Parts: sequence; C-alpha cells; structure tokens
Amino acid sequence: MRAFAYERPTDLDEAVALLAEHGPRARVLAGGTDLIIRLRDGSIRAEVVVDLKRIAELDGSIRDDGGRLSIGARTVMTAIGADPRIGRDFQALAEAAAVVGSTQIRNRATLAGNVCNASPAADTVPALLIHGADVVAVGPAGRRRIPSDEFFVRSGVTVLGPDELVCAIELPRPTIREGSVHVRRTRRRGHDLASVTLACVVGADGVTRLAYGSLGPRPLLVTDEDGLLADPAASDAAKMQRLAALFVGASPSARSMRAGPEYRLAMLHVLGLRAVREAIARLALRSGSR
Amino acid sequence: MTFARRIDLTVNGRPHRLEIAVHHTLLEVLRDDLGLTGTKECCLVGECGACTVLLDGISVDSCLVLAVEADGAEVTTVEGLAVDGRLHPLQEAFLATGAAQCGFCIPGQLVAATALLADDPQPTRAAVEEGIAGNLCRCGGYEQIIEAILGAAAVMAADGPAGGEADSVARGDPGR
Ligand SMILES: Cc1cc2nc3c(=O)[nH]c(=O)nc-3n(C[C@H](O)[C@H](O)[C@H](O)COP(=O)(O)OP(=O)(O)OC[C@H]3O[C@@H](n4cnc5c(N)ncnc54)[C@H](O)[C@@H]3O)c2cc1C
Ligand code: FES
Ligand code: FES
Repeated sequence: MRAFAYERPTDLDEAVALLAEHGPRARVLAGGTDLIIRLRDGSIRAEVVVDLKRIAELDGSIRDDGGRLSIGARTVMTAIGADPRIGRDFQALAEAAAVVGSTQIRNRATLAGNVCNASPAADTVPALLIHGADVVAVGPAGRRRIPSDEFFVRSGVTVLGPDELVCAIELPRPTIREGSVHVRRTRRRGHDLASVTLACVVGADGVTRLAYGSLGPRPLLVTDEDGLLADPAASDAAKMQRLAALFVGASPSARSMRAGPEYRLAMLHVLGLRAVREAIARLALRSGSR
Repeated sequence: MTFARRIDLTVNGRPHRLEIAVHHTLLEVLRDDLGLTGTKECCLVGECGACTVLLDGISVDSCLVLAVEADGAEVTTVEGLAVDGRLHPLQEAFLATGAAQCGFCIPGQLVAATALLADDPQPTRAAVEEGIAGNLCRCGGYEQIIEAILGAAAVMAADGPAGGEADSVARGDPGR
C-alpha cells in the first residue's frame, strides 16, 4: 500500500476541519472494508486518511429520537442485524445488513460506509430507500439532512461534498402497519455481491414501494400507489405487468462480470414478485397479531 | 501529519509498544513486526478469512484493518488459543476429524470458530456454516471443519467454559 498520513480526530469539528483543509486529498475511514482494498490496489489515492472511530459524538449506538431511529456513522452491520427495533419496524434493512459479506466483514462494515461508498450493488441501500431514510451530513456550514433518494448520483458518486461527512442515517418510524423484505440474487451461496438486490414494503394503506440495485448506475425507488401490487387477490399476471411498468428505469450494464443484462432484468421481475408476495404475507401476520 | 506512530497492542495477553508505519495493516504488523506467522496472508481483499484474528474479542479480517486502528486493543491470534501448551478444544477437534489438510486456512478457521462459539456455544449446523462462510478452504475440507466445530462445541459444553485466551478478552466498543 502507498504511504499516507493518518489522522484520528476525537470530535466532529476536528474531523470537518481536517476534511476542509485537505479537500479531495483526504479520505474518510470507517470500517475500511471498501477503502483499504481500494487504497491497496491504487484505485483510490489518499494523502490523508481520517479515521472516524475515535470521534466521541459518533459512537456505534442506535438511538430513538422521537419518532425516528438514528443510526450513528460507526454502527456496523452486525449491530444493525441484531437490533430488535430495526428487526420489528425496518425488517428489510435488518435482512439486508445480515447478508453483507461474512461475519468478519459485518463486524467492521458500517451502514454509513455502505451508503457513502455508493456501489450500485450496495445491499442496504434499497432498504433505506423504501423505508424513507435520510442521510445526515455535517460540514463546515453545519448539518444538513438529505433524503436517501436524493443522495446517490452514480456508481461511487454522491451529493456529499469533499468537506462533508455522514454522521448518521435516520429512519422515520412507520405510522401505519407495514410488511417489508429484502431479497437478492448472487452467483453462489456464501458471500458475494448481488446481481440483483431488492427491497419491498407493503403498507396497510395499499401503497407498495420497491427499490432495487445492481441494475444501473444507482439504486432506484419506485412506488405503486393504487393498491394493485398490495392486493392479495390480484393475479400474478396483472402484478407482473405492473412490475414491468415500474421497472422501466432498470439499465443493467452489459459489461458487468457478475451476470448478463438479460438475466438481471429477468431476475429483477421474479424477485420483485416474490418480494411483494412476502411483504403482503408479513403485513397480514402483523394485522393478525395486533 | 503522521506517517509513523507508536501504538500499544496486547497480543495473546502480552503487551507490546510498537513504532509502526500507519499504512501497514494489522496483518503485516502481526507477521512481520511480531513474527506471529500463524495468521496467514492470502487474498488481501477480505474474501478468504485466512487472516482472521480477534480484535477485542470480535472476529475481523486483519488484512482490512490498519495496525494503527488497533491501537490500545487486545488481539488474539491462533497462537493464543492454546493455554500452557494445552490445545484448545477446537484445535483438538480439528486434529481428531482430520480437518487440516494442507493446513493453510486452519488458523483463520480456528479463530473464526472461536468467535462463533463465544457468541453461540451450541450452534446448529446452519449457524456453523454461516459462521465460517467468510473462511475459504482450498482443500475443500468443509465437512470435517464443520464436524470439528460441532464436536468441540459438545466437548466444551460438557466441560464447562474452557479457559482459552479468547474467553478472557473483554468485549466492548472502545472505538477500534
Ligand atoms: C469480502 C467482502 C464482501 C462484501 N460483501 C458485500 C455485500 O454482500 N453487500 C454489500 O453491500 N457490500 C459488501 N461489501 C462492501 C463493504 O463491506 C460495504 O460497502 C461496507 O458497508 C462499507 O463500510 P465500511 O465502514 O467498511 O466503509 P469504508 O471502507 O471505511 O468506506 C467506504 C467509502 O465510504 C467513505 N465513507 C465511509 N464512512 C463515511 C462517512 N461516515 N462519511 C463520509 N464518507 C464515508 C470512505 O471514504 C470510502 O470512500 C463487501 C466487502 C468485502 C471486502
Ligand atoms: S487475506 Fe485477509 S481475507 Fe484473505
Ligand atoms: S486445509 Fe488446505 S486450505 Fe483448508
């Protein structure tokens, strides 16, 4: 690995000042499961690595902030997969966190890192999109809250400035009953990046939201408002037709090595239908239990 | 700006004060600076698990951790599993089932299994498969490895908590 300087700020102001000072020559380090690999293979060059893990304000906790769940920038996938509040209210996110890499990876990989890395295949992002998450960023001008759907530009690029960092991801507690699920397609069992990664939530109000990744430069969110997908009595054929209309934005790359574009598109529809079915079943289960 | 840094590292119960380059990984420091070559270097991209160690009791791929990130931490490597020359029940079980073929992946498998059993002392077979999904074996000895882990879990349950190094490591969130 090429040599770089290492900074270990202990508060957010210091971290922001370091980023402002070094600009694009600085890189933020969270769990390092993406960054260390890129620094080693030379695809990212950093003169200064700013480690977030000793910043007092950024502990690894998940907080209840009056109707919102706030997941700090240091929270790792293992903690997200194990949190009972996330398991209950944001099941798709819990499931997505639990399939990232291996135990060793999940013990280091942060949710904020998965988001900031902005891979089109990032598994937690579709779940964050359907759950209506906000990304909370801090920079020299203070804090701003960015809706997750406005955060991603294209592979590896977000709206975050070079002098900003993400301090938390916030999830609004659902106000109606919901059933949600994350599903994905990989080449093999065990750990692998997804050829299709998809999350779905069906609400008691009949609205269905689906988000999918690995089928274009950024993950996409689509919504079915009129209750067709959420209707347990509607036919699979009708739902497939609706999904095809919703998924028009999918544009899988022909060059990706994980799976061909035709296969990805076909699997997107299959997984979409399966996810809708499972989300409906989970919603029904919740309706019964309350 | 600092390109070198002094760090404190407790490895297998033994404290070390080291002057390290900040771009060196924990794997490099364990092997090259401390001579602990039980931890293996292989893919260097977090895929194979040959470099697995415990960092404050939690399993990590040491090829993806900078040594400076481990400043102040307790590290357990495969060399720390045996106590006073007595093999850990997992090591005994790996020997008994013939889980080690060429042996290259075994240090990582043992450390990953130690973390797994600390979290889940009586795992199902499925939990063992998931727990070592990040540890590849080129010799394909997965059946024997899984059998060994399940066997060790049974032995450890019968004997009460075993006195491996890993069991005494504090777990928490000290910012590493
Ligand atoms: C073997 C292996 C398997 C994997 N499997 C999966 C998988 O199945 N699914 C999946 O989605 N991903 C997977 N990944 C990718 C990776 O683990 C995740 O993207 C992880 O969540 C990244 O988080 P991190 O904390 O390690 O980020 P880092 O590597 O520390 O950072 C990633 C990027 O985000 C930036 N960054 C990090 N935190 C912040 C912040 N708070 N503010 C601003 N910028 C920040 C960094 O500068 C860097 O550019 C895998 C990786 C490996 C090595
Ligand atoms: S060498 Fe670290 S995971 Fe392969
Ligand atoms: S025993 Fe040879 S790699 Fe596992």
